[in-house]
Amino acid sequence: MYIGQVSGTVVATIKHRVFDGHKLLLVERLDLEGSATPRYDIAVDTVQAGIGDRVLVLDEGNSARQVLKVEPWGPVRCVIVGIIVLAMYLPIFSLAGNIRAD
Amino acid sequence: MQLATVIGTLVASTKYPGLEGVKLLIVQPLDRAQQPQGEPVVAADATAQAGPGELVFIIASREAAVALPETFVPVDHAIVGIVDEVDPAA
Repeated sequence: MYIGQVSGTVVATIKHRVFDGHKLLLVERLDLEGSATPRYDIAVDTVQAGIGDRVLVLDEGNSARQVLKVEPWGPVRCVIVGIIVLAMYLPIFSLAGNIRAD
Repeated sequence: MQLATVIGTLVASTKYPGLEGVKLLIVQPLDRAQQPQGEPVVAADATAQAGPGELVFIIASREAAVALPETFVPVDHAIVGIVDEVDPAA
């Protein structure tokens, strides 16, 4: 999972059936300081997130299928599963170089 | 999933079993501002309705292999939607 920020919505009429009835949002990945990185995803919204919200994004296929109840499988990997109120970390731990935003 | 623009079509006469009838398109992945990002890739068209010049969204890796009617065929990028609008526009 990673921390992202919703930057827009994606509207599509013609799409795979697993996305029917779901809202698709553009999510920019944030680093630990909260700054946008070049990476982004189009994610399925499950928590009624809006533009500007900081969100928790799940980026794994099997979990995404379970969250969206896609049986037995479907082409979905990125799902917004939470709206972040507060995220804190201790910068000293990142000196070890093994803590990353993703 | 990422945004991409369809820049061409691809026809193969001999294909791995399961890929018969699958439309293959050449797509250029785009960044958030809809500018080209990275190298073009060949993607299977799971919508069966995309064409050159269209803005689409693609899915990569294992999930691409389950986007087509016949699942777990050797595909690593698939077009899963045709974008009508991105709001706010980049």
